[in-house]
Amino acid sequence: MSRISIEEVKHVAHLARLAITEEEAVNFQKQLDAIITFSEQLNELDTENVEPTSHVLDIKNVLREDVSKEGLPQELVLKNAPDQQDGQIKVPPIIE
Amino acid sequence: MSLFDQKVSDLHEQLHKKEISVSDLVEESYKRIAEVDTQVAAFLTLDEERARSQAKKLDEKLGTDEAKGLLFGMPIGVKDNIVTKDLRTTAASQILHNFNPIYDATVVKKLQEAETITIGKLNMDEFAMGSSTENSSFKKTKNPWNIETVPGGSSGGSAAAVAAGEVPFSLGSDTGGSIRQPASFCGVVGLKPTYGRVSRFGLIAFASSLDQIGPITRTVEDNAYVLQAIAGVDPMDSTSADVEVPSYVNALTGDVKGLKIGVPKEYIGEGVNPEVRESVLKALATLEKLGATWEEVSLPHSKYALSTYYLLSSSEASANLARFDGVRYGYRSPNSNNLMDLYKNSRAEGFGDEVKRRIMLGTFALSSGYYDAYYKKAQKARTLIKKDFEDVFAKYDVIVGPTTPTPAFRIGEKTSDPLTMYANDILTIPVNLAGVPGISVPCGFDQGLPLGLQIIGKHFDEATVYRVAHAFEQATDFHKQKPGL
Repeated sequence: MSRISIEEVKHVAHLARLAITEEEAVNFQKQLDAIITFSEQLNELDTENVEPTSHVLDIKNVLREDVSKEGLPQELVLKNAPDQQDGQIKVPPIIE
Repeated sequence: MSLFDQKVSDLHEQLHKKEISVSDLVEESYKRIAEVDTQVAAFLTLDEERARSQAKKLDEKLGTDEAKGLLFGMPIGVKDNIVTKDLRTTAASQILHNFNPIYDATVVKKLQEAETITIGKLNMDEFAMGSSTENSSFKKTKNPWNIETVPGGSSGGSAAAVAAGEVPFSLGSDTGGSIRQPASFCGVVGLKPTYGRVSRFGLIAFASSLDQIGPITRTVEDNAYVLQAIAGVDPMDSTSADVEVPSYVNALTGDVKGLKIGVPKEYIGEGVNPEVRESVLKALATLEKLGATWEEVSLPHSKYALSTYYLLSSSEASANLARFDGVRYGYRSPNSNNLMDLYKNSRAEGFGDEVKRRIMLGTFALSSGYYDAYYKKAQKARTLIKKDFEDVFAKYDVIVGPTTPTPAFRIGEKTSDPLTMYANDILTIPVNLAGVPGISVPCGFDQGLPLGLQIIGKHFDEATVYRVAHAFEQATDFHKQKPGL
């Protein structure tokens, strides 16, 4: 039985904001299924009383003084923008 | 023959005596690139005009106190996922094909303060995802020892450029072996520092809990000098550690008497090529002769490292790469009538296959209904893998094994099956999961291709790692052999 269906692949692609073709969906389904099946070897491990590790160093909240600083100049912020108008980044319509 | 066959301290000595100039070093670099880079294809972008004018300025300082720094005037190469102000930075992806950063990464800033000169940006697997540099969306870098084989990856350009004598040293990044594995394949020295030792500010993030920047050099001594320049806490990276940076060069005593080495049986067993195992056993005999002792130990959860790594790194990547959406910078698909299509098309057209595969895997592992079964399970497995290392380090000073199970493989040999390609990193990945430092140093050859010895240390104990690597290097001459380019 496969771990992930074509429909789920398409749903995940939507969540990841990736346009995919039917052919890509079929390919991803096979490859992801193989990788997920392989990763299920972790089920052999008893992790009942094991804490998850999200970070290897014992760092707690890292705080700094809340001082105001000069922001980036508009010209630099827009330097790499693919499209712009009147000092703002331009995108296609958001509301139809 | 390249000027850069010499170590950095010898080049420094010649600069100091004014036998050579900074301009000579920069010209040597571009000359060597012109000679060999059509074959090796290590560089993506060159910064010739600025490098030459900077060299002229530095030449005026020669002979003064301002030129005393050991790295003064050294030409360097920088992996293309480390941002450089006004110098195109692509992470080898189409989605950043035209990206010109507006600031420098902290490591770049620090190397500029040390008065090094950036020669150009180095090829890599797209967003550092890969083990052969074949996933670059621009070109395939070749291994200088045999141009039909891969240089390793993801820092393949960084390792190949140093091996080919194009620059004396370079910066790479290592998430699951991306500095050590290409260093091993190309016969050079590559260190992944302890997580938090070097600032990640300005490193285009792949997996934030695993990524580290580190030096790739010809010798262990050079490596220690470069780490010295880039290590330390950085207010711009809250995960950089506020832990004192010792003198790494002072650690290079050549003395390993009484040193206790643990050799994980999982690292020299099944799946490791016999020539690789042989070279590691010979290296251990060399270290024994120098006064160290070694015993077989176990890292029992090693076999779970690969799946743990792919679940965690892909999950983190899926979040980190969400920022590439075609809106503020980078590639924007011209074929979109609404914002959702703009996101989806820009990402579909801008990312390559391996990057998409990992974003998909990570999104799946983090999605509702699967989070506990995959992502959280992997985080728990990571705790067990980390504990394996703590248990061994309670009794031993360093862990030694091969860097990779095989020497460099042929171009195209492993591209069809992602899992086969992933398996290549089986001996380097656990080190990132545990967050400890690891180095690869040349330890032999198999059919003309270099092999690497991996030395792994305790958290923030790069000094001991360097001491062992240096003692081994001084007792052998593998690092003196050069590819016949």
